[in-house]
Amino acid sequence: MSKESLGGSAAGATRLSVFKTYKLYVGGKFPRSESGRVYEVTDPKGKWLANAPQSSRKDARDAVVAARKAFGGWSGATAYNRGQVLYRVAEMLEGRREQFVREVADAEGLSKSKAAAVVDATVDRWVWYAGWTDKIAQVVGGANPVAGPFFNLSTPEPTGVVTVVAPQESSFLGLVSVVAPVIAAGNTAVVIASEKAPLPALSLGEVLATSDVPGGVVNVLSGNTREIALPLAAHQDVNGIDLAGADAELAKELEIAAADNLKRVLRPQAVDTDADFTVSPGTHRLTAFLETKTVWHPTGSLGASGAAY
Amino acid sequence: MENLASTFEYAPAPESRSVVDIAPSYGLFIDGEFAEAADGKVFKSVSPATEEVLAEVAQAGQADVDRAVKAARKAFEKWSALPGAERAKYLFRIARIIQERSRELAVLETLDNGKPIKETRDADLPLVAAHFFYYAGWADKLGHAGFGPNPQPLGVAGQVIPWNFPLLMLAWKIAPALATGNTVVLKPAETTPLSALFFADICRQAGLPKGVVNILPGYGDTGAALTAHPDVNKVAFTGSTAVGKEIARTLAGTDKKLTLELGGKGANIVFDDAPIDQAVEGIVTGIFFNQGQVCCAGSRLLVQESIQEELLDSLKRRLSTLRLGDPLDKNTDIGAINSAEQLARITALAETGEAEGAERWSAPCELPTSGYWFAPTLFTNVTQAHTVARDEIFGPVLSVLTFRTPEEAVAKANNTQYGLSAGIWTEKGSRILAVANKLRAGVVWANTFNKFDPTSPFGGYKESGFGREGGRHGLEAYLDV
Repeated sequence: MSKESLGGSAAGATRLSVFKTYKLYVGGKFPRSESGRVYEVTDPKGKWLANAPQSSRKDARDAVVAARKAFGGWSGATAYNRGQVLYRVAEMLEGRREQFVREVADAEGLSKSKAAAVVDATVDRWVWYAGWTDKIAQVVGGANPVAGPFFNLSTPEPTGVVTVVAPQESSFLGLVSVVAPVIAAGNTAVVIASEKAPLPALSLGEVLATSDVPGGVVNVLSGNTREIALPLAAHQDVNGIDLAGADAELAKELEIAAADNLKRVLRPQAVDTDADFTVSPGTHRLTAFLETKTVWHPTGSLGASGAAY
Repeated sequence: MENLASTFEYAPAPESRSVVDIAPSYGLFIDGEFAEAADGKVFKSVSPATEEVLAEVAQAGQADVDRAVKAARKAFEKWSALPGAERAKYLFRIARIIQERSRELAVLETLDNGKPIKETRDADLPLVAAHFFYYAGWADKLGHAGFGPNPQPLGVAGQVIPWNFPLLMLAWKIAPALATGNTVVLKPAETTPLSALFFADICRQAGLPKGVVNILPGYGDTGAALTAHPDVNKVAFTGSTAVGKEIARTLAGTDKKLTLELGGKGANIVFDDAPIDQAVEGIVTGIFFNQGQVCCAGSRLLVQESIQEELLDSLKRRLSTLRLGDPLDKNTDIGAINSAEQLARITALAETGEAEGAERWSAPCELPTSGYWFAPTLFTNVTQAHTVARDEIFGPVLSVLTFRTPEEAVAKANNTQYGLSAGIWTEKGSRILAVANKLRAGVVWANTFNKFDPTSPFGGYKESGFGREGGRHGLEAYLDV
């Protein structure tokens, strides 16, 4: 076989690369926005990178439906299983390291070495949360020594469907730092990617799709943050919202809308606006979307014969 | 049976009122002193059982809220800097004084609220003292509570409590707030301000530094002024879901920490293998305790179809033996509804139930001629679409629905905007665990109902609110974590 027969390019010309069509990730599938809209994504210097889908409120509603559908299975999976799935995400991400270094470098205007450090930290963040899935219940739950003949146990349970407004600056480490704890706790997520740098988030969908994460557990939308976030904050079938990537004005607006069905609201915190996701994450993002269920049961009695050991 | 019942009539057994001395008027409690409202406004607190005016109470306005928050802010500096062990001892003192004065407080609460003395004496007051005793012990152990080595208090807590368990709700709010080093401005409900004002006197007896606890009686506008006050760092509210949502909107965009304990429409699920007599007692406790004016009441009975008839017969028979009347009588099971307003709401919702086609049955009992009363009532032929199956009635009204399979029971139990409580009655352990696992409710009682304990976290899923009160979990609401 001659070299020419392998490719179609004319002799001597440089090969034209194949662009990727960036698409949403909803219900385990990769749809375009139902609105047919896209918007230009550039690097910080203004160089065109891609046309990203500009999600509509209908896309947001579809994502909630997918997330709700996935909630029963994901929240009902064993904590061990969820941990393995999250660890699998880290494995898949490690394998695509080069791709993400390039995408993060483009998205955030970082040097290759700085972008590599971000991607490595992101992989490690998945590993951190993978390990938490089967530990958090013992750390925050337990037996309560009530003053009576009752067995009384408090257990954390996931809140439900959580909207995540991902950080605007830290497009990948920040994104994973807010998404991973939500799903580690057993929730399902509708994620609004960084508006100006959505590409790493959209590519993360490809990693999740090949990591045993059931479809619908994480749904990724790109577009105008406000346009997508408002209907999600007001959505009656969304149970919580993480405002990490909302500015003060939008955060207030979203929090007011969220009060309509008393969503659990995680306000933007200093660490988010500083975009410093390199510090140790702690557990507050895990517990932000956990409910405590307390179950009582009478202990009964063995009678006189049961009194002695 | 009927002959026997009439032969053995109960003689009246009233608890003596002389143990409590209610003054004709009370002020606001700000910075360790009782004071009139800045604008001189007052309102009356009446006994719902007799409509007798018990006392005239100062009504706090915006200026009083400002003054109380200022006092709490000033007191915060020293109070939060006290060694935890010292704060603990104040709380232990309070717990002990409550125990000493519990008969007095029980009678007072029964007079002001209308609930039976049996309940204030055996449930409210012991739980109030236990709550202070429990959180007292946390004050010097906060570094071991799982919130980091040195969690800090938030500052001034603005707390608004309901009328159904006036002193107990006060304890749930004040005990963890003080243990963690916060100071407090608390607004009791307008129909039940007296026990909170007696608590102010307990703070005095305990030598609590002035300004650490401030009590501002008033109506909803007082509560709104308190929760919206810019110098309040933490808001804790127990009450209706509608007001809870309004508070959440008010606090949007601030850094005030919020916990809400709101309404409920608890399902009490009875399977065909449940011991019927025990289940009946549990159903009665679930919905008729405190005249059903309980956010975690088991107001929806879900009974497995095959035992519906047997269970309802048994339940009606039991309800016919409940004694409704003078709350101070030690034999009284059902006391007065807390206010004319609440009675009107219960009455309207019950009428809606009938109008929508549900079948009404009320226990045959004579209602006193003065005061606010509602006979224990149940509705059968209720569907999930009926108002009485969806809206929180907050009264002695039980809606009965049926199911065939455990899956159907779970689906129906969860078919509500609320998620505070649920009950399960079955002899099968694995079924209890499977069903409890699927219920979206913060508290699940299996083969029991309406049990409370200071060590046991309490609070809701969904629109029943967020945050937990009680236990280690209850500390989080008052710490910077």
